[in-house]
Amino acid sequence: MGTGGVPSLSILREALIASGTNLTTVAMRRVNPSTSGSIFDLLKELKIEPLPNTAGCYTSGEAVLTAELAREALNTNWIKLEVIADDYTLLPDAIETISAASRLVAEGFVVLAYTNDDPILASKLEAVGCAAVMPLGAPIGSGLGIRNPHNLELMRERISVPIILDAGIGTASDATLAMELGCDAVLLASAITRAEQPRLMAEAMKYAVLAGRNAYLGGRIPKRWHAKASSPDRNEISTANLKADNRESPLF
Amino acid sequence: MIVFINGHEQDVSENTKLAELVASVSTAPSGIAVALNEEVVPRSSWTSTTLRSGSRVEVLTAVQGG
Repeated sequence: MGTGGVPSLSILREALIASGTNLTTVAMRRVNPSTSGSIFDLLKELKIEPLPNTAGCYTSGEAVLTAELAREALNTNWIKLEVIADDYTLLPDAIETISAASRLVAEGFVVLAYTNDDPILASKLEAVGCAAVMPLGAPIGSGLGIRNPHNLELMRERISVPIILDAGIGTASDATLAMELGCDAVLLASAITRAEQPRLMAEAMKYAVLAGRNAYLGGRIPKRWHAKASSPDRNEISTANLKADNRESPLF
Repeated sequence: MIVFINGHEQDVSENTKLAELVASVSTAPSGIAVALNEEVVPRSSWTSTTLRSGSRVEVLTAVQGG
């Protein structure tokens, strides 16, 4: 889970528990003496591993420094690399991301890189040594689900590091689809933290991910143009006259 | 001399150590990290690092976000 957007620490706590997560992202910001309550303490109490991110960084240099500070503060060399291009789209800056990823890998970080849904870019991130790639389904906070499922299928075919769908999930079925497409996990924040009832949505997401993963591993039936009876065939007279139908399954 | 701590100007005496300036925003025993002029300074070096005029110090911690 991500922790952005939640109205209070107590709501976040309920949602974290209901979701079943054991890895949760946190941002790095200047210490503010007036804030009370600590996300770090909450995660420790719930035995959830904190994964620092480089949220708020626009350049490779900023992201690398933020990651180094996160490593120092949280005593972990895992980093969720996030370098966005602008405040409006919040889309990742591919060029700065690749640059930061190479530098961080060279410094010994375990890099989980937020990226777009381009399977080629994902391959390049794997090639520079990222431990996982995290493609968006749609822009951060948009709730638009998975805009390009085919790209994610292509990505799954081409790369062997874990794929974690990150950004754009709006409701449970989006998370299930991500898993059915072969993702190893999903990361979501807004879908839960900004839901009307975060705890319920978090629970929904837990089951959605389990369902999608089992469906992927279970091997779905192919889509067919014609029906295929589920009862055993008998030697009916009419079946002998049916010609083979080579039409593709319906588009939708 | 003037130094910068988390973006704010602060007047400190010459030979002030980094540890003192950090303590003015946080005394947390862990969970924070410090950069001096855009380079990370490990906790073990805070008391031995002396600030200069114009030093830019950032003290960061983990918060909700992302």
